[in-house]
Amino acid sequence: MSKHTLSVLVENKPGVLARIAGLFSRRGFNIDSLAVGPTEHDEVSRMTIVVNVEDSPLEQVTKQLNKLIEVIKVVELDAAASVNRELLMVKVRADVDTRGQVLDAVQLFRAKVVDVAPDAVTIEATGNTDKLGDLLRVLEPFGIRELVQSGTIAIGRGPRSISERSLRPVPVPKPPAAAH
Amino acid sequence: MSEPRDGNAGATEITGAQSLIRSLESAGTEHIFGIPGGAILPAYDPLMDSTKIRHILVRHEQGAGHAAQGYAAATGRTGVCMATSGPGATNLVTPIADAHMDSVPMVAITGQVGASMIGTDAFQEADIRGITMPITKHNFLVTNADEIPQAVAQAFYIASTGRPGPVLVDIAKSALQAKTRFSWPQELQLPGYRPVTRPHGKQIREAARLMLEARRPVLYVGGGVIRSGAARELRVLAEFTGIPVVTTLMARGAFPDSHPQHLGMPGMHGTVAAVAGMQKSDLIISLGARFDDRVTGNLDSFAPGAKIIHADIDPAEIGKNRVADVPIVGDCREVISDLVVTLKAEADAGHTGDYEGWVKFVAGIKEQYPLGYDTPPDGALAPQLVIERLGKIAGPETIYTAGVGQHQMWAAHYIGYENPNTWINSGGLGTMGYAVPAAMGAKVGKPDSTVWAIDGDGCFQMTNQELATCAINDIPIKVAVINNESLGMVRQWQTLFYNSRYSNTDLHSKRIPDFVKLADAYGCVGLACESPDDVDGTIEKAMEINDAPVVVDFRVHRDAMVWPMVAAGTSNDSIKYARDLAPQFDEDDL
Repeated sequence: MSKHTLSVLVENKPGVLARIAGLFSRRGFNIDSLAVGPTEHDEVSRMTIVVNVEDSPLEQVTKQLNKLIEVIKVVELDAAASVNRELLMVKVRADVDTRGQVLDAVQLFRAKVVDVAPDAVTIEATGNTDKLGDLLRVLEPFGIRELVQSGTIAIGRGPRSISERSLRPVPVPKPPAAAH
Repeated sequence: MSEPRDGNAGATEITGAQSLIRSLESAGTEHIFGIPGGAILPAYDPLMDSTKIRHILVRHEQGAGHAAQGYAAATGRTGVCMATSGPGATNLVTPIADAHMDSVPMVAITGQVGASMIGTDAFQEADIRGITMPITKHNFLVTNADEIPQAVAQAFYIASTGRPGPVLVDIAKSALQAKTRFSWPQELQLPGYRPVTRPHGKQIREAARLMLEARRPVLYVGGGVIRSGAARELRVLAEFTGIPVVTTLMARGAFPDSHPQHLGMPGMHGTVAAVAGMQKSDLIISLGARFDDRVTGNLDSFAPGAKIIHADIDPAEIGKNRVADVPIVGDCREVISDLVVTLKAEADAGHTGDYEGWVKFVAGIKEQYPLGYDTPPDGALAPQLVIERLGKIAGPETIYTAGVGQHQMWAAHYIGYENPNTWINSGGLGTMGYAVPAAMGAKVGKPDSTVWAIDGDGCFQMTNQELATCAINDIPIKVAVINNESLGMVRQWQTLFYNSRYSNTDLHSKRIPDFVKLADAYGCVGLACESPDDVDGTIEKAMEINDAPVVVDFRVHRDAMVWPMVAAGTSNDSIKYARDLAPQFDEDDL
């Protein structure tokens, strides 16, 4: 199995997320993470889906996604040619004795503290999966009280945009002639 | 919204319900099969005034859905069914799933509870959009009356283009009651829907190259050839190249059964020649087929020596089950036409395929292992004989529908199809009870054709209430009930794989119900036939009755089995043409 990051442009309509989630579950594809949000076009949303599949099932995933009427475009983002980020917020046990060490880790990972209590700090960090995993390994010994993490979002490197294709409408066909 | 087509159409204020009926008219709808109920009720009022649409009141929503399917399959036009919210809509689920599996263009209109009630577990509320998401090509929930024309226009466009399929439009009662202005859209907002119909020239050339190189090619013809109306083109391609043809269950009629190049139906109950023709081939040219498990058997041992040209309008089918050496995305009719042009140009340049030895080999198998059946002992009636005689007497212009099971397989084998769109059955989903309502829909779409439903006694009891619809609405279908008083196909599996322990497959249908009386009760003509000597006479009598539906109770031998057969999950190489009888192929002939 290998991980693939798909950027999926969809029409911003109710029910689209259910369609996509349903497709993955009924065809037995494993989703590692899924993140949805608006794009530079009001009528278009963008989903970043990380799937864990072999290459040939991946082809089925993208083909099946493309069959959904509300899916406008599916692009696989190569890890080397794109920027991948997740957001993590973690509440770590930190009292007077350990707070200094926790803050050192925050510095090292260019994370930041967003809330402090007498016996805990809440840390916000962004990065790719590996970096956030490393941060958590460092914080673990202090005691992780609560953890929340977003799905990966990703964007291709360079000047080109994946949403360049215009959203042109289809002319309505004439109804078929009577059969008899 | 775009400007209306006819100048004053948008001027007057009408209800959403009126807008729906005008939208359906604008989309070309002539027939709707349906049943009214609370949430869809507003639409039935303006429907009563429509001069363009005939609504046929069915007895069960499942019947409405299958009728719309039969209508679509017989005519090539989009079938339309209508139901109310909740149970009305959920009763459409089976035909919608069926249409999805068999790529039938169908639009289902359902009423939904009022917009403010959605999500409150209101009376007769069901999230039919959510329920049908996995079994529709697309679906809509409309809560704003102004959006009705765009949704209906999109539904018909999506249902009938690309790979056809069912589209559901769920409309809130509040939207049907609200005031709106009608304007039929000139443009559809479908940025994510661009079906590819023109095949790529490079792929066509590559396919032609493989076809010329091959020594043992076979044309594997699927339902896509029927849906794209490519039977004529297929015949040109087959006759020009001389390549043998197999037609799947969904493609029966796409190529004449009488044609010498036709090896018959492949798959689990395929002919020995068709199964062997694929297993031993070195090139399978798949046209609108999908390498279904019922065709391939065990996938790893399916046609091990064959390269694959896979042409389909749905890119997701290509390479799904079997890797394609040459994938071609496109409409079958265009693919086949382009192949013919390319191969003719090659022939002009002196390049033609050499299939002589192969054609002789498969013709030999076809001759050595023809379809056949044993005459049952003590003068009992063979079901195969009934179907064979029906095919001969009713002829190849008749439209035949079937339910699912033994009678379906016998109908696929023994009728003898010569024309596309004359064989209508539930292939992918395998829906028992399909035959009668599908025949009703086919007869409405093709009133001048004779329509025979070939049904099993199990299937028939699932949907025969539509006989009332047929009798009352002057839809004179004919039904041949192949009555072996069992769930025959399940019984066959019990015979073969469960030591003849017949758990819950005995229907006692020669005793209860009395199908002749049942037909009579429904205002149909009921006939019965028990002896081989009476088969022709009974069929001829049924053929003469054209002013009422006819039901014939053919009381057949119950132990007849469907052969040939490849046991589920095994290799197609282990095909048996009768119990414990495997064909022997002389590979030296190849």
